Amino acid sequence: MLCSCRIGNHVLNLLQLPGAIARPASVTEEEEDPLQPKMMKSKPDEEDYWNSSKFKAFTFDDEDDEFSRLKESKRAVNSIRGLVDEDEDEDDVEKVSWSGEPVGSISWSVGETAASNQRADREPAFPKINTDTQTTGKSHSGYSLSSLFKGKTRGGTFQTFTDSPSDSSARLYAPELRKPKSEYKDYVSDWSPEETVHRMQQGKTVSLEKFRSLQDKLLLLDFSVSAHDGNVITAILIYLKRTLSKEVLFRELESRQTALRHFIHYLSETRDQKLLLELLRSLGRTEDMVLLRYKEHLGIADENKRRDFLKSCLSLAFSPEDSAHVQDHFTLLERQIVIEAADGQAERGGKSEIFQKFPRRASILNMPLITTLYYCCFYHYHEPEGTFSGPLNIRHTFRISEKQFFVTALAARAKLKAWSDVDALFSCRNWLGFTKKKSPLSFHRVVDVLQKNSAPTQVLQEYVALVDDAHTRIALAQKLKCHDIVINTYRDLKDRKLLLGYRGKVEKGSSEETKIKELLENPQIRWKN
Amino acid sequence: MAHCGRKDSPELPDFSLLKRLARDQLIYLLEQLPGKKDLFIEADLMSPLDRIANVSTLKQHEVDKLYKVEYKPIFSISDQLCFLIRPRIQTVKWICDVANADKAAGRFRRYKIIFTPQKFFACEAVLEEQGVFGDVTIDEWAFYLLPLDDDIISLELPEFFRDNFLAGDQRWVRTAASALHLLHSVYGPFSKIYGIGRCSKMTYELWREQVEEGEAKTCQAEIGKVFLIDRDVDLVTPLCSQVVYEGLVDDIFRIKCGCVDFGADVTSSDKSLKVMLNSQDKVFNEIRNEHFSNVFGFLSQKARNLQTAYDKRRGMDIKQMKTFVSEELKGLKQEHRLLSLHIGASESIMKKKTKQDFQELLKTEHSLLEGFEIRECISFIEEHINRQVSMIESLRLLCLLSITENGLLPKDYRSLKSQYLQSYGVEHLLTFANLRQSGLLVEQQPGETLTVMESKVGKLVNDKAAGKLTDAFSSLAKKSNFRALSKKLNLVPKSDEEYDLRVPRDMAYIFSGAYVPMSCKVIEQVLERDGWTGLEEVTKLLNGHDFSVTGSNGADLRSKNDAQRIVLVMFLGGCTFSEISALRFLGRERGYKFIVLPRLSDLIVLPPPAPTRLSDLIVLPPPAPTRLSDLIVLPPPAPTRLSDLIVLPPPAPTEP
Repeated sequence: MLCSCRIGNHVLNLLQLPGAIARPASVTEEEEDPLQPKMMKSKPDEEDYWNSSKFKAFTFDDEDDEFSRLKESKRAVNSIRGLVDEDEDEDDVEKVSWSGEPVGSISWSVGETAASNQRADREPAFPKINTDTQTTGKSHSGYSLSSLFKGKTRGGTFQTFTDSPSDSSARLYAPELRKPKSEYKDYVSDWSPEETVHRMQQGKTVSLEKFRSLQDKLLLLDFSVSAHDGNVITAILIYLKRTLSKEVLFRELESRQTALRHFIHYLSETRDQKLLLELLRSLGRTEDMVLLRYKEHLGIADENKRRDFLKSCLSLAFSPEDSAHVQDHFTLLERQIVIEAADGQAERGGKSEIFQKFPRRASILNMPLITTLYYCCFYHYHEPEGTFSGPLNIRHTFRISEKQFFVTALAARAKLKAWSDVDALFSCRNWLGFTKKKSPLSFHRVVDVLQKNSAPTQVLQEYVALVDDAHTRIALAQKLKCHDIVINTYRDLKDRKLLLGYRGKVEKGSSEETKIKELLENPQIRWKN
Repeated sequence: MAHCGRKDSPELPDFSLLKRLARDQLIYLLEQLPGKKDLFIEADLMSPLDRIANVSTLKQHEVDKLYKVEYKPIFSISDQLCFLIRPRIQTVKWICDVANADKAAGRFRRYKIIFTPQKFFACEAVLEEQGVFGDVTIDEWAFYLLPLDDDIISLELPEFFRDNFLAGDQRWVRTAASALHLLHSVYGPFSKIYGIGRCSKMTYELWREQVEEGEAKTCQAEIGKVFLIDRDVDLVTPLCSQVVYEGLVDDIFRIKCGCVDFGADVTSSDKSLKVMLNSQDKVFNEIRNEHFSNVFGFLSQKARNLQTAYDKRRGMDIKQMKTFVSEELKGLKQEHRLLSLHIGASESIMKKKTKQDFQELLKTEHSLLEGFEIRECISFIEEHINRQVSMIESLRLLCLLSITENGLLPKDYRSLKSQYLQSYGVEHLLTFANLRQSGLLVEQQPGETLTVMESKVGKLVNDKAAGKLTDAFSSLAKKSNFRALSKKLNLVPKSDEEYDLRVPRDMAYIFSGAYVPMSCKVIEQVLERDGWTGLEEVTKLLNGHDFSVTGSNGADLRSKNDAQRIVLVMFLGGCTFSEISALRFLGRERGYKFIVLPRLSDLIVLPPPAPTRLSDLIVLPPPAPTRLSDLIVLPPPAPTRLSDLIVLPPPAPTEP
């Protein structure tokens, strides 16, 4: 991505020099070389070629589209010759392409002037801004051309530009200033990589087949990246995927992050899992790779197959932390399968009372761990630790925190209205043998859980009283109508006014009212108001 | 509630033209396939289509039966099949299957695919690979923009955020640019464009190219200024719980394409009701931007007025009664209907929000925004997770924690993640990977901080290794710098002052006075300064990519006409209704009018929508088929409303 942007902008700038002809030198050279068969096509061949070309049928027929051609001519300085001639005289172009004769010099130069004038005449309505997103120094940074065009030097894999000016592959990049006229004899359709990208952006006919050298392909890719059009980037990647070996493609993508991201996205959209895994492996992105493998389990509906697949995932190179999670996933599903089988049988057998009383609504398979724990606290609470479905066993196997276990058990037992179990959860004996209520969860949350499971006031009261903060306690007690607690708290706060006020809220003649009355008359309390 | 803003707000342009353009083009495309044909419509295109055409329009152009694309074998008997779809590879693959199945059965049909808003090469490559290229004709329906309200236009592209900010795929950048170009050519020329963010910059650049290629135009501008903003410039705002009415309605009932499905509990009948929510709804229009605490008062006042108006008819003579019935009754009935609907909705919102500890949730969010009592916040989130309260909400809080704190401490990250996986399923490992990649939920890097590394990287631009380094950290994720930005932009007002929500003094009212949405604050500052001058530190903290350019449109620029006060804000990646409310407030205060261009069907990127909703699953048979979506022959499958980043719907916890 870094280098691609630079190439793009730099070449772009060069190409915009008035009069600069930006056709890759090698193309013309190849034409003259009779040993290059691909460029020796006659016009009918060319037509054939177009018709069989990949992108043929879905483009607007631009032969008919004089108008768009005109517009295009305005901006594409670097394709001056072909386009301008067309604007002037269609036949002329035909003749040129057929006979290979040089372009008529007058009309050609007139055309060129016209085109460059057009360019100059038309001030852009809006200025161009630097969209180069990663580089800070742009094209005018004084890099040598070679460093720009190569982007990277990989231990001399490529010869550099300056090193070997005669090397034709390097010269591909060279922006030509002006060539002898006799050399202009290719076809209208011989678009440069940049023009090709531009045409693709407009959804027009292009042929990518002629970009055969690696450099050409990469130039095409880099231009598409600097044009910011994801659609075109992907299109070129599809072509590269087809025409380059995986090794080469992957290697080149590694230094082109934007293109790489597009490629990864394309592969995941087309569900080409195999190639995607290979790509990630070659990039050394192990974590992404193993997650991708792991993701496959989502598509497996059968629980036994899913379990087996998860088991096979255990050997993948997850981070130590994730590895533990995946291990848990496997262990959990394995256990759920056992529990499901046993409980299903117990339910059908009709012998187990709890399943009769509270028939199961859904299968436990593929449920999260906490849901499973809840289930086990609900149906298998008093089982010894040795059994698979015993809550304590689950707690230990999966290293569930005390708080988490507590919350879940509390909710499950409260749901069953097993208040003695709830009570037992909190009780801990201190060394003197006294029992004391302790909770890893703040008591007002405990009350919340209980109340949501419609615990009776009797039970609620006990826990509301344990809420530390007096204000929260009063608020909760008022909300839940635990009058005793409100009254006692006001008494402890020695707040006569509030107690007096509360008298209106309790039922007339109730024991609460009597209690308030007694308190208010008690001379031993030193009210603060 | 009356807002005392500037009275001289300019008139908004008429966007119904956009609908007409789209409709005409669709008709033209349908006529390209003469004769009777069956039309298959992609599911998420149906609501947008409903808004611009109706069944009779389609029937007039020889559409015989309508189907929803369902990725199943088809039962059509027509000889011509037309597919109206988004350019998605999976949909195209399905069409290939259909065509190939026909071929295998020796059946000849004509197929036409209409891609909207544009086709992608990748889709065509699929046709080619599957051997149906050439058997299928392809067209593009340039349906870029759907006006949802007087001041909201949508692109209805739900995948924009995910594709762009998670996968790093720029396929929609050109679409955004083309949409902008459409607005430019119909309502422009624009005189000034501001922007921030990488995607905004690219959009601008592609748009500029289109402008240069196109014709220069000289007509009177109706939209003067444009603001482009990337969603990832401000990810904090969409993570906060919404408390203005429209935002709450969206959070709870989900507004899709300007419509909401009110369930039976709202309509107080046994049927759910699909309601359009826009400025045409007089009641809604008055409360949509209000803080929820004001809504009840307003509604009850309104109800009293209505009662009085109804009561007038007592003691009327026949003649008066006649005028009453012919002139007022209809309006009153209409108002009655709307009022009872919004009262029902408010009640339902109240019920849902008091059931959970909404106040505590808001308190936690505010603490996170303020950077205050972070440990308490973490234990609140932990408890939230432990109790398996809403999966999405837990995730939202985690992300908010991460972004405001520039990442979680490794210890917290690990513990919260494993608790999350325990509560909602281990498969959310994938969700966490997505969130990390998009920068929403990250672990703080131990040792050298990201900033130091990044500034080094910045200097080593031409070094390939440097590029790799940034990528290794997080492909698209950026450091949020929220605390510093909050201080610079004064986003969190001092909490010791009372904030009167009835008379909002700034945009913070949309979050109960606790936080000014960063996106809107940036927009305000830039408009005030007419550029980024003086905001250098802010743009640096926002990771740069700011720009502000002036067009050379000659006279139009110099004349200070009303159009210069019409500002088009394009959120690349979606925005929340709260942000729209904030912009409306800003507009009233400063005499601007904002047109918001969110890019999502439901406008909201985050909080991600809850998984499968019951209301989504219930499809009632319509009494009289007047809408396209009602005419679909096959029953639609259960649409799972998965958030962008959530991997899969969680299994419903068993509550025996």
